[in-house]
Amino acid sequence: MQKIVIIGATSTIAEHCARLWVQAAPVCLILVGRDEARTGRLADDLRVRSPQSHIQVMSSDFVTASAIQQTVSTIVAEAAVDVVLIAHGVLPDQTTCQEDVLACDLALQVNGVSPVLFAEAFAKPMLETNHGTIAIIGSVAGDRGRKTNYVYGSAKGLVSRYAQGMQHRLVQTNVKVVLIKPGPTDTPMTSELKAKGQKLASVEQVAQDIVKGIAAGTPVVYTPGIWQFIMLVVMHLPRAIFNKLNI
Amino acid sequence: MKSVSAWGRLSHDLHEVQMLNDRTYVAPVLSEHQPGLAYGNGRSYGDVCLNPNGNLWHTIGLNKLINFDEASGRLTCEAGVLLRDIQRLFVPRGWMLPVTPGTQLITVGGAIANDVHGKNHHAVGSFGDHVLGISLARTSGEVLQLNWTSTPALLSATVGGMGLTGLIVTAELQLRSVSSPWLRTETLPYQGLSEFFELADASEDNWEHTVSWIDCLACKTARGIFMRANHMTAQEAAVMPSLKSTLTVHQQKIQRKPLCVPFVPPVSLVNGLTLKPFNMAYYQMQKMKRGFDVAHHEHFSCPLDNLQHWNRMYGPRGFYQYQSVVMRENGQTAVQAMLDAIAASGEGSFLAVLKTFGNRQPKGILSFPQPGVTLALDFPNRGERTLKLFEQLDVIVREAKGRLYTAKDARMPRDLFYAGYPRLPEFLQHRDAGISSAMSRRLMEF
Repeated sequence: MQKIVIIGATSTIAEHCARLWVQAAPVCLILVGRDEARTGRLADDLRVRSPQSHIQVMSSDFVTASAIQQTVSTIVAEAAVDVVLIAHGVLPDQTTCQEDVLACDLALQVNGVSPVLFAEAFAKPMLETNHGTIAIIGSVAGDRGRKTNYVYGSAKGLVSRYAQGMQHRLVQTNVKVVLIKPGPTDTPMTSELKAKGQKLASVEQVAQDIVKGIAAGTPVVYTPGIWQFIMLVVMHLPRAIFNKLNI
Repeated sequence: MKSVSAWGRLSHDLHEVQMLNDRTYVAPVLSEHQPGLAYGNGRSYGDVCLNPNGNLWHTIGLNKLINFDEASGRLTCEAGVLLRDIQRLFVPRGWMLPVTPGTQLITVGGAIANDVHGKNHHAVGSFGDHVLGISLARTSGEVLQLNWTSTPALLSATVGGMGLTGLIVTAELQLRSVSSPWLRTETLPYQGLSEFFELADASEDNWEHTVSWIDCLACKTARGIFMRANHMTAQEAAVMPSLKSTLTVHQQKIQRKPLCVPFVPPVSLVNGLTLKPFNMAYYQMQKMKRGFDVAHHEHFSCPLDNLQHWNRMYGPRGFYQYQSVVMRENGQTAVQAMLDAIAASGEGSFLAVLKTFGNRQPKGILSFPQPGVTLALDFPNRGERTLKLFEQLDVIVREAKGRLYTAKDARMPRDLFYAGYPRLPEFLQHRDAGISSAMSRRLMEF
C-alpha cells in the first residue's frame, strides 16, 4: 500500500485529493491537522469511502519549527513515506495585514515558512531512502506581487522559490518535488470571494490535476491549466501597465 | 451579495450567501444569519430554494460521509452529499439509493426536503420512505435528532417540508442491495392515453421502473414512448460479456468533462419552430428502439445529467416546469384535457413525462406523490401567454382533486396550494420562525 501523508489535511483541496487517492486504490494515509476532531471527521469520511485503506489522524502545531520537526520524525519513524502533500494555508485579509504586523507575521508563517519547513523536514529522510515525492501547494498569487494580496502572495512566493531550489538540489535523486499553483478555487478559504460572486475553479478538478501531477512527478502544476497562460501574461506585463491595473 | 437562480432561471436575485462546511458549526451560523433558507445544489426549478435579498445557507460544503454499515446498508452522511456521489461509491459495492429522481445532481438534504420520487415510485415509494433519521438544526441554535419512533411529527413535517422546519445537517439512509449497475429495459411506443394506462397497469407488478415520454403536441392521438425496467443481477449481467466493455466506456466517459450548453442563447432554443420537428424525430427514433435492451442505471434514470447547464437552452427568460398529480379515477380525462389545452396553446417543450404513482401514502405531511398519475412538462417562459395557459391547467388540476409539485413550481396561486395540500395547518405548527423562502412567502404567511 502506498503511504501518503497530508499536512493540513482538512484543507478542502487536500480532502478532495485524499478522496481521489482512496478511490483509486487502498492506501495508508496519515492525516495531519491542527484540530484533531475536524481531522477525525475527515478520516471517518475516508474510511466509509475506502474500508480497506488504513487511515491515521495526527495533530500538530504548524508554526513552531521544533513541533514541525517532531511531527515529521514521528511519521517517518514508522515507515518510509511515498508521498507527502503539504496543503495548509489561510487567505488573510490584506488590509488587516497592512495595519497589524502581528496578523501579517502569522499569515507569512502559516502560508510561507511553515510549508517550507515541513518540506525540508521530509526531504532528509526521503533522501536517505532515495525515494518519495514532496508536493507543496503554492499559489498563482505567488507569481507576481499585487496590492490586493501581496502578503499572501509573498508567502506563496517563498514556497515557489523554495520548491524551485529543492528541485535543483534533488535533480539527480529519486526524490521529486512537485509545486502546485492553483488558481482561485471554490473552497471555504475563498468563501468570501464566492459570496461576492467571483468565478472559482471546482475543487474536484483542481484535486484531479494535483493527484495526476504528483503521480507523474511534474515539477510545476498550474491548475486549472489556463492559469499558466494567465500568469505568463501577468508576469510579463510592463510595470507601467501593471501599475495601472486595479488587481 | 451574490446572484442566485433556481434551475428554471426565472430570476437572478441577490442573496447573502453563507457557506456551511462544518457539521458541528451549523446552528450558530443559522442563529446569527436569520431569517434565511437552506440551499443545496440549486436543482429545484422555481422559488422553493430562493430567498431574494435575504440569507441563503449553502449546504454543498457539508459533503462528508459519516458511517456505513456493510451488513445492513445503512448510510449516515452530511446533507450536502450529492446523490451521484453516493451511487458511484456504493453501486460497485452492491448497494444503491432506492430512489433517485430525474437527476442525481441533487443533495441528500434537498432530496428529503422535497421528498423526491423516481421512476420506481409504485415499487418503493419516495425518498422519505428510506430516511431512517436526520439531525435538524433550528435557528434557535438547537440541533434535534429526529427519527420515526420518537419524533414522528417533526420528521414527517421535514420530509417534503421545503426546508421550512430547519436545516437538515445529517441523514441516515437505508440503501438497497443491488448486484449490478444494469437495468433490463423495454421500450414500447403507444398511441393514446388508454394504451398508456393499460401499459402502466400491466407493468405495475413485474416492472420496478416505469415512465413514459409523451408528445405534448400530438393532441388526441397522444403518442408516446413507454419505458420500463428492472434491475439485473450479477448473474444475468455475466451472461452478457459485452457489458464489461460498455461499463469501461461508461467509466471513462464520466471521468471526462461532460458536455455543456456553453452559454445562454439570446432566444429559447425550444420554440414553435423547433418543437414539432423535434418531437416527431424523437418519437421516430425511440420507436426504432422498440423492444428489450440493457441500460446503465445512470443513463436510464438521469439521461440529462450528461449535458451540463441544459437549462440554458431556454434562453435568457428561463422556463417553468408544470408538474401535477391527479387522482387515478379521473386521471385519464384530466391528463387528456391538459394535453388538449397545451396543444391548443402551442406552448410546451419536448421534456414531457407521464407516469403513474403507486397506491401508497407518502411519509411527509406536504409530500407531493399521491396515488394517481403525474404529468410533468417544461415550458419556455413567454410571459403572460405561458401564465395564462397555467391558469387553464390549474382549473383542470383543481377539478381532478390534484396538486402541483412545489419543487417545480414558481407561480401556483394560494388557493390551489391549499386545495392540493389539505394537511397544511398541521405542517405550519412545525415551521421554524427563522426560516422563510420566496415560495413560503408566496404560499403561506411568511
